[in-house]
Amino acid sequence: MIRASAVEKRYGEKRALRRVSFELDAGGFLVVTGPNGSGKTTLLRLCSGLAVPSGGELHRDVDRGRIGYLGHEPLVYRELTALENLHLFARLYRVPERGERVGMLLERFDLWDARHERVAAYSRGMAQRLALCRTFLHDPSLLILDEPYSALDEGGAALLDRELEERRGAAAFLVSTHDPSRLESFATARLALT
Amino acid sequence: MSYLADVGALARKDLLLELRGRDTLPAMVLFVLSTLVVFHFVLPGDESELAAKGLLWVAIVFTALLGLSRAFAAEREQGVLDVLVLAPSDRSAIWVGKALSVLAYLALVELVALPAFAVFFSAVDARVVGGVALADVGIAAVGTLLAGMAVASRARELLLPLLFLPLAIPIVVGGVGASVASDPSRYLAFLALYDALFAILSWASFEYVVTE
Amino acid sequence: MWLRNNRLPAFAALALGLMAAAIALIFFYAPVDEDGLNQKIFYFHVAIALTAYGCFVWGAWKALLVLWKRDEGADLESYVAIHQGVIFGALTLVTGSIWARYRWGHWWEWSEDQLVLFLVLFLFYSAYFMLRFSVEAGPRRANLSAVYALFGVVLIPVSVLAIRLSERFIHPVAFDKGGPNMAASQFLTFCVSTFAMVALAAALYHVELAGKRIDLRLRELRERLA
Repeated sequence: MIRASAVEKRYGEKRALRRVSFELDAGGFLVVTGPNGSGKTTLLRLCSGLAVPSGGELHRDVDRGRIGYLGHEPLVYRELTALENLHLFARLYRVPERGERVGMLLERFDLWDARHERVAAYSRGMAQRLALCRTFLHDPSLLILDEPYSALDEGGAALLDRELEERRGAAAFLVSTHDPSRLESFATARLALT
Repeated sequence: MSYLADVGALARKDLLLELRGRDTLPAMVLFVLSTLVVFHFVLPGDESELAAKGLLWVAIVFTALLGLSRAFAAEREQGVLDVLVLAPSDRSAIWVGKALSVLAYLALVELVALPAFAVFFSAVDARVVGGVALADVGIAAVGTLLAGMAVASRARELLLPLLFLPLAIPIVVGGVGASVASDPSRYLAFLALYDALFAILSWASFEYVVTE
Repeated sequence: MWLRNNRLPAFAALALGLMAAAIALIFFYAPVDEDGLNQKIFYFHVAIALTAYGCFVWGAWKALLVLWKRDEGADLESYVAIHQGVIFGALTLVTGSIWARYRWGHWWEWSEDQLVLFLVLFLFYSAYFMLRFSVEAGPRRANLSAVYALFGVVLIPVSVLAIRLSERFIHPVAFDKGGPNMAASQFLTFCVSTFAMVALAAALYHVELAGKRIDLRLRELRERLA
């Protein structure tokens, strides 16, 4: 799914990511760890195609529309409701039977009752759950998750655990985390950045 | 087909955001009215109808700049542009959608500004309206692309006027010419040419502005 | 082959020779016309202006290569070409201003199309540098700069047209400039001085490019040592 050899990223003189090499298979689950500033987010952005490497080879054999990307921010419009956000992204990501899919995800992540509220009125945890809905919306075959547990409370974390459990093996995962123990049971490979 | 649907969804989203937040449009209206009032004190004497027509174009361009500097505000604050860029749809649809919503704001602002100008200064005839309409298309096309550039830079709002004004000079020439010259058709044709050239260029190059 | 690898000395030598020839022709060969000795600046002014256009077009061509062929090296070339273009553009403004001072008695002349155009272009390309300096080095900056540089070459003819059109309502008197009405000796001098300026720009372009490349290479080596 992804093959990286000696990939690095520089911005001018600043080195954002030191050379890394790894492979991620179709059903694999790669956990990326490392201290702040080691380039976890940079690596994830490179793999999603949002950035291009300054050196090395990065190969990804999946269309950009098949990627589910969860960033630090929820990446949704604050002044739209959950429903409006998901309908917009479902349309842009060519999701068939949008209404049902959106409703199902909102139920699953326990946001159905708040679906007509603006995201601005959401707590951080609810916004993160909405971000997860957005990420899984188009049933992606490559999931790139940047610190997915960071803003979730216990209930939200349990929902994410369930989602990962159901999807493991069916999609490729590239997940960065501060807390690798949480993902111990899913990981098929690990990458520690320095 | 799905391209047009994407454009429609994106533009509708912008208008919905504006309807909710009212971040941009009231500010633009208030700005253009204040500018017109300032112009009254700028123009000495009574026989300055031509000068007033020229200043109308200053008001239009600077009001547009005010709106353009907010064009990508919602995307920037939440980083949503990343999600739009990763979507399988064509990236130029993002530009078309945004340019259409900018065009709608400009049209709405001028719906207030032109009658106000007519009341304060001098009558507005069809050729002025035609010139404004054609100029709006060019402003929205070029301005949206440059706003996308400015968002990617550190200087942001500061940079946009610097990038935009040299490109707006031909629009001002066309607009002022259409408003005051004896043969406005030549100027309207020039504005249409500008719109076509720069709309195509912006449409084709937007993808590079939002990707690496 | 030698020429491919030694463009800088080749252009420098060419520039030196042509420049000497141009100066000799301008002051000793070309006739003094009704404008007097002041008219000699025309040979510099127009040659410099044409060279500046050449730099902008070359910069836009390299910008196109950045976007089209994803040619990373072209970004630096485009930047250096536009930098040279701005230097020659500023010289155009200065020489044009001197010309206006002697011809019309004041330093600025709005009815002189070329001067107005270069003022617009000078502002436009200054914004290009502002854009470059406020974005971090990398592929995104290369893209943004390239797109803006391409806007520049479209803006040149559009502005020419706009400035022509604007004269009709700013100066309602019809302007009749007529074509270039030059004697053969004047035309020859003009051509030589234009070629001299182009060669000079090419030499400066290669000097700056070489300097910037050495700088980059040095940084890379330092980083490898660190």
